[in-house]
Amino acid sequence: MSRYLLEVRVVPRAGLLDPPGKAIHHALHSLGYLGVEEVSVGKAIFLQIDAPSEREARGRVEEMCRKLLSNPVTEDYEVSVLGEGEAPAGTDS
Amino acid sequence: MRVVVVTFPGSNCDQDCHRAVELSGGEPSYLWHREHGLSDADAVILPGGFAYGDYLRAGAIARFSPAMEDVVAFARQGGPVLAICNGFQIACEADLLPGALMRNRTIRFHSFDQRLRVETTDTMWTSSYEPGQILSMPVAHAEGNYEADPDTLDRLEADGRVLFRYVDAKGDASDEGNPNGSARNIAGIMNEEGNVMGLMPHPDRAMDAVVGSVDGCGVFQSLARHLSSAGVG
Repeated sequence: MSRYLLEVRVVPRAGLLDPPGKAIHHALHSLGYLGVEEVSVGKAIFLQIDAPSEREARGRVEEMCRKLLSNPVTEDYEVSVLGEGEAPAGTDS
Repeated sequence: MRVVVVTFPGSNCDQDCHRAVELSGGEPSYLWHREHGLSDADAVILPGGFAYGDYLRAGAIARFSPAMEDVVAFARQGGPVLAICNGFQIACEADLLPGALMRNRTIRFHSFDQRLRVETTDTMWTSSYEPGQILSMPVAHAEGNYEADPDTLDRLEADGRVLFRYVDAKGDASDEGNPNGSARNIAGIMNEEGNVMGLMPHPDRAMDAVVGSVDGCGVFQSLARHLSSAGVG
């Protein structure tokens, strides 16, 4: 059993209105950063998962994304494995 | 009519809904989000507020509460469910209604009286209104920007399931009359079966002339009329 650190990135679906992104874009322009073409704001969720394999850990997190972590109507998600370590003794998945 | 108002941690319009039911001649009661118990209900209200602090997304966590299991089962059996504001967000997250409510395009929390137009009166939620009637109801939300894919929007329109639209001073569903960027100025919709209605404006806060509007009464009167014609007291 290993412990995996995963990051879920939830982003607004391309083409949909992203008001926070627009506001930040506007603010950056006001500060003089004129080369910024587009800003989009999402969220990052970090999870530590005990699982027998990386594949299994990723599979579970993808299921969580579909069920809770992202909204299928307005958002896309991306799961990355950031690291792996040994799960503490006695940990059972 | 016995109407159950579901209270989540963070709900803040449950008492308004309770009173709206009383004013409409019904018997309201509360159901705490951790509890089960809709067996005696003739209708259910998901009230406005900030259930679970709107963490992750408005409504995302509330939809998995024990009370919502009962609400979903009740709705699937054809029980009337009125989902107001945060309740609308919860109903979308729970797949009781299509689409999603995104951040207002202004990025501001909106709190003002909003003009609406009644789009169809051939429903259990709007039969007490006149077609095309212009109403005023408070809105109070940061995520009221209704979004769905174009096919879903077309289907809602074709089926007459858009019940309320945001309009300007002339009564037109113009961009100027659209406070939050909602697709096609949509303020309220119902599901395919017609028993679940979600809307961002607050009929529950427009029940008394002393607060500036009685235009919300029609929603509750329509429901009462529907239930009494269905043989429910």
